[in-house]
Amino acid sequence: MSHGAAATLRHELIGFSGVVQRNVYLVKRYIWWDVAFMLWTIANTLTIVFIARGVDVSKAQENALATKFLVGGVIWAYLGIIFEIVTETVAWERWEGTIEYTFMAPVSRPIHLFGMGIFAVLYGIVRAAILFVAVVAFIGIHVPHANYSAAVALLAIASISFIGIGMMTAVLPLISPEKGTQLGFIAQGLMLVVSGVYYDVSVLPGWMQWISKISPATYALRGSGLAWADVWPLIVLGVVSVPLGLFVFRTGERYAKKHGKLKRSG
Amino acid sequence: MFAVEVHNLRKEFVRKQGRGLRKKRRRVAALKDVTFTIERGECVAVLGQNGSGKSTLVRLLATLLLHDGGAARVFGRDVFREQRAVQRLVNRVSVEASFFKKMSATENLSYAARFYGMTGAETKPKIPEILRRVGFPEDRRHDSMEHLSRGMQQKVALARALLTAPVLLLLDEPTTGLDPRSKLEVQQFIEEVRRTHDATILLCTHDLVEAEILADRVGILDDGELLCLEPPDDLKRRYGSATLEEAFFAATGRSFEEERDEDEDEVREVVRS
Repeated sequence: MSHGAAATLRHELIGFSGVVQRNVYLVKRYIWWDVAFMLWTIANTLTIVFIARGVDVSKAQENALATKFLVGGVIWAYLGIIFEIVTETVAWERWEGTIEYTFMAPVSRPIHLFGMGIFAVLYGIVRAAILFVAVVAFIGIHVPHANYSAAVALLAIASISFIGIGMMTAVLPLISPEKGTQLGFIAQGLMLVVSGVYYDVSVLPGWMQWISKISPATYALRGSGLAWADVWPLIVLGVVSVPLGLFVFRTGERYAKKHGKLKRSG
Repeated sequence: MFAVEVHNLRKEFVRKQGRGLRKKRRRVAALKDVTFTIERGECVAVLGQNGSGKSTLVRLLATLLLHDGGAARVFGRDVFREQRAVQRLVNRVSVEASFFKKMSATENLSYAARFYGMTGAETKPKIPEILRRVGFPEDRRHDSMEHLSRGMQQKVALARALLTAPVLLLLDEPTTGLDPRSKLEVQQFIEEVRRTHDATILLCTHDLVEAEILADRVGILDDGELLCLEPPDDLKRRYGSATLEEAFFAATGRSFEEERDEDEDEVREVVRS
């Protein structure tokens, strides 16, 4: 590697650490907000898991249903937060007023967005672990045959696609400062509906089942073990969504610079 | 090589007017063929009313806008084609000190410096030193930015800009809205930067006294056109005026206090309506 390339790589890695460091500082400063959000997520997941306790079926079926709801809730809590953090990359900076300083800094956009993505993964892992332990302790579900290592591997692959899709929606507030963030929420809601978080996608209308095929959450949730049928679509979605996400973001940034929308007040 | 070289720079914004089907688009020029150069180590002040194009000029040089014509170079680098290279050379202080409000001054400076390739080990001794130099109180370094006065926030903004040792410093109304004491402290620090750093400064300001004290040359930007750019005394002589304010009036036909709509903000407001 040439001296120039090594210097550039070093610069980018330091910039990458800056993105992660900034988000860690923010979590520390907003810690009580994070605690409240965590409690809300636990309560929300418990509400869904308790539905299984109210169904008139055998004990074994009830446990299986509660486990499905728990797994769905935890996986969505993890993937949803990745999507949310990456999606709010621009909206958050605009709200804080730092957008101009971040976008005029000599950090490449892929490094900036991947920094957000990696932080989101770390944050999501901590939240998902707390959620899982809290709900299992509260409701007393037995998951003796759970393949945790396979689930973690599947989620790791799915995370890449979620970062890529998050990049595409992150650009929306740059294009439309007023409506962009709301559109991001709509995209997240749509993915929740079609991915079969709490039910099998086969119950969905045909056209929704078709959309579910391009949602990475579908394969992450369906996966039992590391089945190739679930792994390969996730790899394809990851390989496609990240470059596509970067392209969409770059195009949106260029549009914002052309039309004077890259500013704190929109 | 010039520090800044701007040639026939043009920027337009699309303005939408009317409602529903009657909505019409028209292009509004924010900068009209602006041409000037700045020597290395020089401080140039640009005077103009709100909406004259000052912020547009700064935002173009800061790589936050794309141009519609002409060219701009910073130390020989094309602002629009070599953005990353230009970003390494430039930093900016704007009228609003923009920070993550819950984070402290030290935290804001620490992460921002990493964006410019400075490691934690490098910034650890530099941050307290630069905050001391801008006159920021030592016991407030770990307080949230939201608990600091505007004057203190602006000092942190200056510290953030200088921490990365930029060779071109863009100051967009850095003292607007500050109390007289904070204003004087910020101005004194800008003077110190001029003396001690190898920095070129482009200062956009409303403050005529500030321009006269700090700048080697003063330009008047009016309705997107740069009417003149010369040393303050030459400017006064050219218009036969005793003060810069009179010179501004003679050049533009308007008093300096007259307000015009903010260029891009105006466009946005019309779009929203």
